[in-house]
Parts: sequence; C-alpha cells; structure tokens
Amino acid sequence: MSVDIEITVNGRPARATVPDEMLLVVFLREHLRLTGTHIGCDTTQCGACTVHVDGKAVKSCTMLAAQADRREVRTIEGLAENGALHPMQAAFREYHGLQCGFCTPGMIMSALDLLDRNPDPSEAEVRTWLKGNLCRCTGYQNIVSAIRACAAELRQDKVLGR
Amino acid sequence: MYDFVYRRPTQVSEASRILAGDPDAKALAGGMTLLPSLKQRLMRVTTLVDLGGIAGLREITATPGILKIGALTPHDEVARSSIVRAAIPGLATLAGLIGDAQVRNRGTIGGSVANNDPAADYPSAVLALDATIITSKRSIRAADFFLGLFATALDADELIVGFEFPLPRASAYAKLPNPASRYATVGVFVARFANHCSVGVTGAAGGVFRWTEAEDRLGSYFDPQSVAGMALERDDLNADIHASAEYRAHVAGTMLKRAVASAAAGAI
Repeated sequence: MSVDIEITVNGRPARATVPDEMLLVVFLREHLRLTGTHIGCDTTQCGACTVHVDGKAVKSCTMLAAQADRREVRTIEGLAENGALHPMQAAFREYHGLQCGFCTPGMIMSALDLLDRNPDPSEAEVRTWLKGNLCRCTGYQNIVSAIRACAAELRQDKVLGR
Repeated sequence: MYDFVYRRPTQVSEASRILAGDPDAKALAGGMTLLPSLKQRLMRVTTLVDLGGIAGLREITATPGILKIGALTPHDEVARSSIVRAAIPGLATLAGLIGDAQVRNRGTIGGSVANNDPAADYPSAVLALDATIITSKRSIRAADFFLGLFATALDADELIVGFEFPLPRASAYAKLPNPASRYATVGVFVARFANHCSVGVTGAAGGVFRWTEAEDRLGSYFDPQSVAGMALERDDLNADIHASAEYRAHVAGTMLKRAVASAAAGAI
C-alpha cells in the first residue's frame, strides 16, 4: 500500500506518494536526495539520522515518512544560509569536532535542540544530552567544546541583537 | 520491515474499531519500541494504527489532589512540565531519565505503559502512585493493570487515553540504567502519602511490583536509615548478561535508599 504525504522539508513543501512502511530517513535520502542525514546503526541508538521534526530532535530511522505528514522537518542541509555555515557547523569545524564526519550531522541537529532549551549548558549537561549520539572517532571532547563555544557565541549574538 | 497498511484515524473510537476488526493490527504511539521491533522483524502487523492524528491526548492538567496526563504526552514534555514538577517531582525526574533526548521527544507515557516492558521506567511510578489508567472503555486501577512481562489488562482493541495520578506528599525515582540502552537494570519509585508509603520496582523481575517490606519500614519512619541495608528478597529476580539476580537484589536496596533520601529532601 502507499500513502500520500506532504512534508515541509527545510522550508519547502515536498509532496510524494510513498510505501506505508517507508522510513523518514529513507524518504529524505532516497526520495529528496538529502544525503546529509546518515543511517548508522539503524536501531535507534547512534543518532546519525537525527533531524528536527517540528523543531525537536528525533531519530529519522525510527519514524515513518507517513508520520511526518503535514509536519516541518529540518535536516543538516537546512542550516547554512546563503552559503554561510550555521554557527554550530562553523564551531564544529573550528574546534575540530569531527574526524570521519559520519556522526556529525546528527550531532549538530541534536546539539541545536539542546541549545533551544538550554542556551548555556554545562559540560556535564552537554555530555548527558549527547547520550543519543554516538561518535567512534573523537572521544567527544571536541564535540563538547564546539557545542559550548557555539552556545557562547549565540548568547553573545543575542546580547548584541545580531 | 514487512509491509503493512498505515492508518491515521482522528478519533479514539475509530482507532478502536480498526483494532477490533483486525487481530493483527497494532496501535502506534511514539513508536520507540514498536518501530524497532518491526524493523528487526521481531513482529509483524497487518495494519499500523497511528494514534498521532487524534487530538486532545497530550494534555497535562492538575486539579486538587489529581494530576492528569494524556496518553500521547511525550516523555520530554512530562520531564519539563512545570505542573508535573510541582505536583509529582519524582515523575518528572523519571521521565527525564528515559532513553535519550531523541527518544524522549517521541516516546509517550501511554505507549510505555501499554507495552509494559519489564525494564521500562513508567510502570514503577504508575504502580507506586496507584494511578488510574483511563482507557477507551473504562478506568483500571494500576494494581489490576500490570500482568507481568509485556502483559496488561488491556483488551486488543482497548486504548489508553490518559492517566490520573493521586498527588503524594513526596516522591522520587532512582535507577541504575543499563549504560547502553538506559533501560532500568533496577529502578525504584518511592511515593509518600499522608497515611502510607509506596514503593514500585522495575527492571528487577519479569514485571513491575510493589516492595511491601520496604513500604512497611518507611510507613513507620520515612527516612533513608529505615531502609539501610535492605535488599530484595525474592526468588524471581532477573539474571542476564547485564546483572545477576544477587546484584539486582543489592542494587534495588541502593536505589531505594537514594530515592527515599531524595524524596525526603524534596518533601512538600
């Protein structure tokens, strides 16, 4: 069976008819060709497939495309504006918060949800929050640094009204 | 995944009707257990009835003496709700310890309780607080709801629509999470009411249960010292690659003491 869906992805409506059992991550990657969202463990653990649905970080390997019907989805491709990296992307680059880069899109989408709730997370709060995102390269140290640096920058931007 | 038909009814009655007409249909709430189970082909359904299209099942309200939580309220909303934190702080703590952030954004209280995983967190609170489970057909007392390993009093076409929690004077939850899954190796929920204390234990056996010996001691004097050195004395404790039965018995005592200390510190 198939189902008609309309999902707003990175601000643009995407309409499609997809199999009932199609996962959101498969829809993003194979239908929309947004391959920045990765499939890692495929068992709801590693977080490489993390995207935002209605502003909240979710694992897109554990959600049906049909469940995202009429919702807003944001992926890593939706962060940069006019070719300028989002501050979180820039912080990951500056602080070397990645080695192979496989987990990075999920890390960044997850970290943005954290900052949405807590603009000034402690190191412990960042580490606790990242339990749903696995990195097998970096030991997390630089990821935590990047997220806290981005948080500081965004707080500063807010103070300066940028 | 095997293929299935996806349905998204807008009314509870419509969802029940689909489930009643097809024994191999299954209700989908947050899907944090169901979807991985389907993906691994641990189960097969003909129809998946997504409850996400039904309005009004996501509300948190407090009336004098009762906290009401809609079945589709995600763990994250329970954890952060100022109403829950004021009314039953232990319940908010518990919700914030489930899984990881992404799972808490999707997983729901109704889904967790209906699934009754023996290592799930919520059943311990629902049982210890003697909550009432409101379904599409009736109201069920928590004491009559949990029937052991993944089994509940729900009929196949019966859906949880919400919960009513009596307000304790103090409450707390402590668990030793499995470091990978963050399910409870053992989790202990403690509630202190005006005339009695109640302790719900999850993760330790085939299903959630009340720890009556601990309740008796806490009923006399609500203090961590009252339960110092206690360990579970049961012959049905889980033993697996994560923890032996003996270890779980001991850890339950430690979690009990921590929960009591934290409830005593935060008592209203």
